Amino acid sequence: MNRINQKLQENKKLLSIYFTAGYPALNDTVRIIQDLEKHGVDMIEIGLPFSDPLADGPTIQESSTAALQNGMHTELLFEQLKDIRKTVSIPLIVMGYFNPMLQYGVEAFCKKCHDIGIDGIIMPDLPLDVYQEEYEDIFKKNGLINVFLITPQTSKERIRQIDAASEGFIYMVSSASVTGSQSGFGNTQTDYFERIAAMQLKNQQIVGFGISNSETFEAATKTAKGAIIGSAFIKHLTKQGVDGIADFVQSIR
Amino acid sequence: MSYHANEKGYYGEFGGAFIPEMLYPNTEELRQNYLRIMQDPSFKKEFDQLLKDYVGRPTPLYFAERLSNKYKTKIYLKREDLCHTGAHKVNNTIGQILMAKKLGKNRIIAETGAGQHGVATATVCALMGIECVVYMGEIDIARQAPNVARMKMLGAEVRPALSGSRTLKDATNEAIRDWINNPVNTHYIIGSVVGPHPYPDMVARFQSVISEEVKWQLKEKEGREQPDYVVACVGGGSNAAGIYYQYLDTPEVGIIAVEAAGKGIDTGESAATSALGKVGIIHGSKTLLMQTQDGQITEPYSISAGLDYPGVGPMHAHLFKSGRGEFISITDDEAMTAGLEVSQLEGIIPAIETSHAFAIFDHKQFKEDDVVVINLSGRGDKDLNTYIDYFKL
Repeated sequence: MNRINQKLQENKKLLSIYFTAGYPALNDTVRIIQDLEKHGVDMIEIGLPFSDPLADGPTIQESSTAALQNGMHTELLFEQLKDIRKTVSIPLIVMGYFNPMLQYGVEAFCKKCHDIGIDGIIMPDLPLDVYQEEYEDIFKKNGLINVFLITPQTSKERIRQIDAASEGFIYMVSSASVTGSQSGFGNTQTDYFERIAAMQLKNQQIVGFGISNSETFEAATKTAKGAIIGSAFIKHLTKQGVDGIADFVQSIR
Repeated sequence: MSYHANEKGYYGEFGGAFIPEMLYPNTEELRQNYLRIMQDPSFKKEFDQLLKDYVGRPTPLYFAERLSNKYKTKIYLKREDLCHTGAHKVNNTIGQILMAKKLGKNRIIAETGAGQHGVATATVCALMGIECVVYMGEIDIARQAPNVARMKMLGAEVRPALSGSRTLKDATNEAIRDWINNPVNTHYIIGSVVGPHPYPDMVARFQSVISEEVKWQLKEKEGREQPDYVVACVGGGSNAAGIYYQYLDTPEVGIIAVEAAGKGIDTGESAATSALGKVGIIHGSKTLLMQTQDGQITEPYSISAGLDYPGVGPMHAHLFKSGRGEFISITDDEAMTAGLEVSQLEGIIPAIETSHAFAIFDHKQFKEDDVVVINLSGRGDKDLNTYIDYFKL
């Protein structure tokens, strides 16, 4: 069974962390992953930096630009991760934009992920219909779970469609926004969380965007299975460096 | 085989909608409604009326006699430079502002590079009394001050794009992010035949009025609707889409696309996407784009701010790949020289974008009785400073 599915069966709320590979320093990738696991994080999204990250706010944009300037690229990330499964056992997901994956070759990219022990992929700009028509077989052959997003604007009908196509969890974007732009949740979010919970989807949901501290983590996981923190963690890395990872994780729960 | 978009927005292998889910409801609403709205008689009536009374259409199809004599072929100029605001861009913004109203939107966003599309958007927003925010790269704001001032006079807010290379590509990213943050009340007026479906097709349809007019105008002058060639410069490719549109599926009409080679294709300072690009995804569309081997989008260069986009619209990628279109790239120097020549032979100072199209005669031989229609997409007022610096005027 895929590590993501195993993790989703655990009787706890999951804390997932996103970071941009190659940031703050080019070779921090493995250290960050190991430290996050050591301090109790349940799942990690490893961000493959892209020059034009459309769905991201300034924090992740800047970390991506810095990572690319540091020299990060797809092959190097795979190289850094090649022995990761000797030391890390929590689910690992590669998150990025579709163009770098397309240039690497979707098949080669997926095979590499499989060989390393990556469990899932999040490519926000790879649309559901294109995935199903062209790439689903390749993902599946390599044991990769493709994670789809929903937002407060996603129609009920489309949520059902995405639920049917999903095999791990649904990435529930907390509000109509790019990453890193919320501070706290209001009634709109609470209503949305409850509305989705009431749909009784076959896949559990993990909330992302706008989770920055223990309050937002708790609010998001009241109905959802877990939450993903990205921008807030990157801000912390920028200020405290990789030595402060324990503090950050402990501040969330 | 058709060179138009299919119902999913593909031109051959190019196009589609590679967008994050956050944009799905916005583009889906547009996709489901754009054709119905455009075919609605009341919409058409209002669109045509505004093009006539406000934009000043039809624009003339002018026989350029001295230029024709020089190059020994029959050259006609489609005078889009005479449109209100000085370029073809306004055809699209008029169409899209009416579309936005039909969709019940009360806020408009746009991206702009040189500022022409920003001005055309600010203009129609003023006309309709709708709030307007234009994203423009910080670097472009500094080098296109008069257009920034125009947009402000027209009541628009100009927001600097501070990310990435702080030019057109980044202004587009910022506009898309704004749309993600404001999915309900906002319409995004994209300025070219780029972006996710249905934008390339919608913008091409709004610009198709150009070739629609050429057909009857040429019939009057030459007794035939079809020229031998239609010629246009291509950045994203909206003026080109407009002059090709009615002839896409008429193989007797040659299609010539002129790209900006910048300082030369091999110099690293170029915007010739057909020569330098590879298939990839930019701004939600699968098309040819300039990128690193690793799939990072690179920054193009051209002396003309309107041509330095790292991709081309999917229609043009398909015209190139299929061989239907002939692609020629023109350097800064060739374009500037051609611009000066047209000024002195015809008394028309073209925009530097358009000057690229006038430089093809050293690259391609036409027959004496060929009818060649060049889309004179914009006037050169906005480029005077560049012309002054270049020619030490």
